[in-house]
Order: sequence, then structure tokens, then C-alpha cells
Amino acid sequence: MTSSTVENGEATVPLDADRPRALLEIRGAIPARYYWGAGLGFIGLFLLGWVLLTELGLVSPIFLPPPAAVLQELVRQVQEGILWQDVSASVYRITVGWLISTAVALPIGILMGNFRLFEGLFEPFIDLVRYMPAVAFIPLTILWAGVGDTQKFIILFIGTFFQEVLMIMDNVKTVRYELIQVSYTFGLNRREVLFHVVLPAAMPGIWDTFRITLGWAWTYLVVAELVAANVGLGYRIMRAQRFLETETIILGILVIGVLGLMTDYSFKLTYRWLFPWVVRESQGE
Amino acid sequence: MGRPIKLLAQHVWKVFGSGPRGQAVVAVEDLSLHIHANEFVSLIGPSGCGKSTFLRMVAGLERLTRGEIQVDGRRITGPGADRGMVFQSYTLFPWLTVRENVRFALKKQDLSRQAQEEAVSHFLHQVGLQGFEDAYPAQLSGGMRQRVAIARALVYRPQLLLMDEPFGALDAQTRLLMQELLLRIWEEDRTTVLFVTHDVEEAILLSDRIYVMTARPGRLKAEVAVELPRPRSLLETESSPRFVELRRHLLALIREERIGPNPVGGA
Repeated sequence: MTSSTVENGEATVPLDADRPRALLEIRGAIPARYYWGAGLGFIGLFLLGWVLLTELGLVSPIFLPPPAAVLQELVRQVQEGILWQDVSASVYRITVGWLISTAVALPIGILMGNFRLFEGLFEPFIDLVRYMPAVAFIPLTILWAGVGDTQKFIILFIGTFFQEVLMIMDNVKTVRYELIQVSYTFGLNRREVLFHVVLPAAMPGIWDTFRITLGWAWTYLVVAELVAANVGLGYRIMRAQRFLETETIILGILVIGVLGLMTDYSFKLTYRWLFPWVVRESQGE
Repeated sequence: MGRPIKLLAQHVWKVFGSGPRGQAVVAVEDLSLHIHANEFVSLIGPSGCGKSTFLRMVAGLERLTRGEIQVDGRRITGPGADRGMVFQSYTLFPWLTVRENVRFALKKQDLSRQAQEEAVSHFLHQVGLQGFEDAYPAQLSGGMRQRVAIARALVYRPQLLLMDEPFGALDAQTRLLMQELLLRIWEEDRTTVLFVTHDVEEAILLSDRIYVMTARPGRLKAEVAVELPRPRSLLETESSPRFVELRRHLLALIREERIGPNPVGGA
């Protein structure tokens, strides 16, 4: 290991940078190129395994098509405009559905986090609904709203809202009480403390809640589209299953993964831009 | 003393958990004290004796169970900008820079932007933080954060400054530097201060008078006039015979409180 036995700072002591470093030091820092290299290498290894498995004929293409077939399907869908149609339908649904959920969850979560009365008012009901699986509401929502966008919005709302509102409540509650108390000593009234202290302090946490709930929303959207839809990424997957178009299924799953990654990343980037003052210990540099 | 009385507390009680089911805990019992204008008074006692609770009642952050507290002859009913407070824990707003944190305290003061900037610069200079105006609290050391907190509590010129073990979370070296800093600032503008600590030496060094509290339930045990000449300095004051005598006297008073059925550690 890398422990140095020399305790005084004499010239014979080797420079810290020259010492060999253990890659598996518990919680130890490692160079960024190892960190990213390992992650990309793993994905590369995964792709290589996929290629070998399919090209060597170990698995029937009906169960697992080779990457080239999936790529071909991507090209076809882009040329025929199907991909754009599906992506825009799904992105539209998730955006509207998530925004409705968030527009309701934000004020209610803030009220619940600040005022015990609102917490007492809403929490028993929310806890009850929260444990009802959103997916089980699909038949009911089709009955209510058909198979169009409205039904997707309802499923997204049921799946997202009840978790999101409790998470926002917790984000508000983590604001340290001393920050509120010290603000009172400056002569601020309750409304000013709420808007000038509690909300700015809770905002980074709330932003993370947005990011996490949007990720869940993708799952609910695809499930809703799998059951009943005539356009959208989930619909494309369901239809492909009927005709054993495995490469279409895999492409659909990959596209959803990439879209999810992109939204996640854009929230992380805006987080850094909006809250430069937050110091995160795990920010590797 | 012919100076007017700034803070007057009369028969103050604080009982926690006196509801129908909870076991009542008497935190402060029949406490009466006063502070003259421009006086620096410390409240010392063993941990958990209710001294911080009392301070928070003066700040208006905690309700009194019984009794009355007056500032400038007016009964206090809640928190207000006439009383500033420095907490033991860090209370800077992490999303604001040092300058913005101090200026935040001026929100409710009727000052022009320029007057605000001047006041902020003045107090940041006093606590020795010029050059750090645009840093965020997360970039500062513990001692620097408490210096910002002190500047922020002074900038709106409260009638009474309440300090709740403000140096309690700092390391020993930093604490000494902060005591000297506070001494210097206070001897310049002599704001009335009520200072809560369990550090006897800190209390003697800074104060004009010291109130000693008993262990729970917190009652007043003794009142000691410091009578050390000002301006003081850490080295000279701490080596004077009067300091040594006071220290021995106060430690003996506090030790009496510790040796009971349930001795409390700390200090």
C-alpha cells in the first residue's frame, strides 16, 4: 500500500504525486480518466458480448437480433418519420402529464412542509393513495377518458403526484429551523420568511425531486402506452411484439433509455447552473 | 449605576411539556435579571441549565410560561429587529454571498442602497472579512462564518445583541481569536449584549457582569461584577490577579452544581 513511514518533511520524502496509488482505496479519489474509462469500458464490453452472442449464432435473432439489425431499424424509422412521430407523441404526453402533477404537487408540498395543519389535512389521504399501484388504474382511466392523451395524463398524474408531493414536503422540512429563526430576528414576517428564506433554501432539493419524479414518469407513460395507444414509443413496442419484430422492441427500449438519460442530464446541468453555491462532496474532480 | 435599564426580566418561567399527557420539565424557574444600556452581561451555567432557553425567550423565539421580559420598558411579544441574535450553529444563508448575507439583515430597514452598502462594508471591515465579500458560506471556515454572522447581527444596529454560545462550535485557537475580535468590536461601539456561554474564562474576559445559573431547573444562583479595567486584552487580562480570583470563584460556583445526583459533563 501507499503508507509513508517518513514523518518529517525532508527532501528525501518522495512527492505525493509520484507515489503509486491504490485504485481500491476505500472512498479514495481516483483520476478522472479511470473513472470515465471504466464506465465506457463496461458499456463497450456489454456491446461486445451482444455482438458475439448474436453473430456467432448462439441465440436465435427472433429472441435477440444483432446490433446491426437494431441499427438498420433505427435508420428505417428515421427515414420513414416513425421515430419522430413516436418520440414527439411520448415527449408531449410526459411533459404535459408531469407538468400538471408538478403544478399541483409544488404548492401543496410547500404548504405541507411548512404548516402542520396542511400536513395533517393531506398526509393520511396521500399515504392511502400512494400505495395503490398506478398501473391498476389503467382500466379505470380508459373507461373515464378513452385511449387518448388525457388518459395518459391521468395515469402520469396518479403515478407521479402522490410521491412527488411527499418528497417536496420533505425537501421543505430539511431547511434548518435556525435559518427561519434568525430571519425572524431581522424583523421579517412569516410570508417574507417563506418566500425569501424557506423556498430558496429548499429549491435545490426540490429540483432533485423534479429530476427523480420525471424519471418515474417515463415508466408510467410507457406502461400506459403499452396497454392502449395508437402512437408513441410504448405503442410501437407493443405492436412489434405482435409481429415478433424483436429489433423494433429493442430499439424502442434503447430510445426510451437515451431520452431518460438526456432529461436526467439536463436537470443535473441546470442544477449546477441554478445552484452554484451547493457544495456536493461527491463531485469528483 | 445611573444608566437606563435595557433588558428587564421578571419572574420568568419556562415549563416544557406541560400538556395533558407529557411530563412537565421546568427549564427556567423564576428568573429575574436586568441589563443596563451599553452593558455586556454573560449568563453562565452547566449544560442544559436553561440559559439558551432563556436567551431564546428574550429573542422572542420561545414563549414564556410565566413572567415578563421588557426591552426598553416595552414588553416583548415576539421576535423583532430591536434584538439581534448570533446562534451557535451556522445560520448563514448558503445561497447568498457574504455581502448579500449581511445585506439581507437590512431588508426591513429603511435605508438607501448606498447607505446599505456602506453599512455592510463597515461591518465586514470590522470583522476583518474585506476581500471575502463575494465568497459563499460553504467556501469559508467555521470562524469566518461566525464573523459574518456577527457582522450580520450588528449591521441593523439592534438595541440588544443576544449571543448563544457563538464560539462553542469553533476550535480552541479560533475561539481565542474570536473572543479578542468581539472584545475589540464591543469596546468600540458598546452595544448592549447578553452572552450565553459555559466557558467561564470567556465570560470573564468579555463581560461587565456575570449571572450564574443553577443546574436544571435553571434558577439564578449568583451575580458577579467583573470590575476589570477596559480596554482589555486576552494576555493582560487573563494574567491579572482579579481574573484568576474571579475564575476560581466562578468555577467553584459551577462545580457545586455539577456535584449532584446527576453530574453533567462538558465545559
